[in-house]
Amino acid sequence: MPVTETEAVRLENVSYSADGQQILKQVTGSFPEGRITTLVGPSGAGKTSLFRLINGLRATTSGNIYVQEKPIEVYNPVELRRKVGVALQSATMINGSVFENLSLPLKLQGKELAQDEALDLLDLVGLKRDSIQQNIKDLSGGQRQKLSIARTLVNRPDVLLLDEITASLDRVSQQDIEELIIRINQNYGTTIVWITHNLQQAISLGDYTWVMIEGEVVETGDSSLLNNPSNEQVKRFVKGENA
Amino acid sequence: MNYLTLSLALIFVIIPLLLSKVLRLELEKDTIIAAIRSIIQLLAVGYLLQYVFDAENMLYILLMIVLMIAAATQNARRKGRSIQGITWKLILTFVVVEVLTQGILLGLSITPPTPQYIIPISGMIIGNSMVLSILFLNRFTAEVEDHEDETELILSLGGTPKQAIHRQLITSIKASTIPTIESQKTIGLVQLPGMMSGQIIAGADPVQAVQFQLLILFLILTTAVVTSILLGYMSYPTLFNERMQLVKSRMRE
Repeated sequence: MPVTETEAVRLENVSYSADGQQILKQVTGSFPEGRITTLVGPSGAGKTSLFRLINGLRATTSGNIYVQEKPIEVYNPVELRRKVGVALQSATMINGSVFENLSLPLKLQGKELAQDEALDLLDLVGLKRDSIQQNIKDLSGGQRQKLSIARTLVNRPDVLLLDEITASLDRVSQQDIEELIIRINQNYGTTIVWITHNLQQAISLGDYTWVMIEGEVVETGDSSLLNNPSNEQVKRFVKGENA
Repeated sequence: MNYLTLSLALIFVIIPLLLSKVLRLELEKDTIIAAIRSIIQLLAVGYLLQYVFDAENMLYILLMIVLMIAAATQNARRKGRSIQGITWKLILTFVVVEVLTQGILLGLSITPPTPQYIIPISGMIIGNSMVLSILFLNRFTAEVEDHEDETELILSLGGTPKQAIHRQLITSIKASTIPTIESQKTIGLVQLPGMMSGQIIAGADPVQAVQFQLLILFLILTTAVVTSILLGYMSYPTLFNERMQLVKSRMRE
């Protein structure tokens, strides 16, 4: 990727072990500001762990992570997590209504989310306005994912980490969310890092792509690299995914 | 009651032994051990108390309380071994509960400062606090494990550890104190408390026995709530490190 672009996140020799198992090995690279980078690779490659490290939910075993050119240790953890938002495939919700979930990030800061702002967020993610008082138990998988993204956006993060948020969705919901992410990226200039198993999605949405295998970044570049990878491991992975 | 009369009470041990044998419940060994242990332990405590009461020395009273706290800590710590420094947290909880309740009782001259009052009441306070600690720790460790996703969600959205664990903490405090509160609602209707029954059997005026029992009930209420809250607020920070990360290894038994 071009060196002239500003780096929203930079990783230097990042390794991470848990339960005596090495999950990430010397990961080095960066995610350019205002761009969409997709992360692909087989299960167990360490992609989700990488997100937890960047968001500060876990600590690296060795190496450094920089967010907007500052080591993450410089940030107060609360400040870092508001700056780097994460939405996971599980789309965990707290018990209660759509509004209670949406207002959670501000409630944690002792603030209130204005009704108008909540409705705007629902519009943005494509959820119906009258769902605001709906119990989250009544939402479908796709609606929960949309709500999860909207909730992360309440903190107005500079970097948005998305972990397989479309994996369990039907084609229509998947398309809705893809359009939503592009909209967020274009309207707010938010840096997006998106883990996906869908290689076509990675190619069509990503400006750049990282391929991770067994805790290592084996190939990076323009997302079209997935059409014609140079690394043998990546070739085998792409072939397997397309089979 | 003399020892001859007491020996007749062994009939109440023989009945479950016979039933266990006939129905092949295999409870004989445990029943015999339990009976022998209770005889030895209670007689030893009886003679020890008699010695302490006769001596009327504050040092002996303190020593008895220290022994109670040590035994209660030893018993409760197994349930909370996944929480760092649980031994000291339990000791501090028992000490605070004991000082608080005895401070009020003796400070306001509700009970006289004699071993006959201080020791049995301390036993009830510390014993109750121990049971509450076990109930709380059981529930809290389960809640933390079961709601790890929720905890990490709140942390990931920029919440503090206290905010992230708040729901689990409150649920555990409530769950451990509710049995005490509920049992007090039906007391006297379903069963007469053991201490009150003992006093009546020993010839005390029933109204006096009730007044004393009420005092103990209210003490136990304070003990229950203070124990759970204190232990809860001392325990949750150990689950997180200075970078506000949930440290999973500290959650495992």
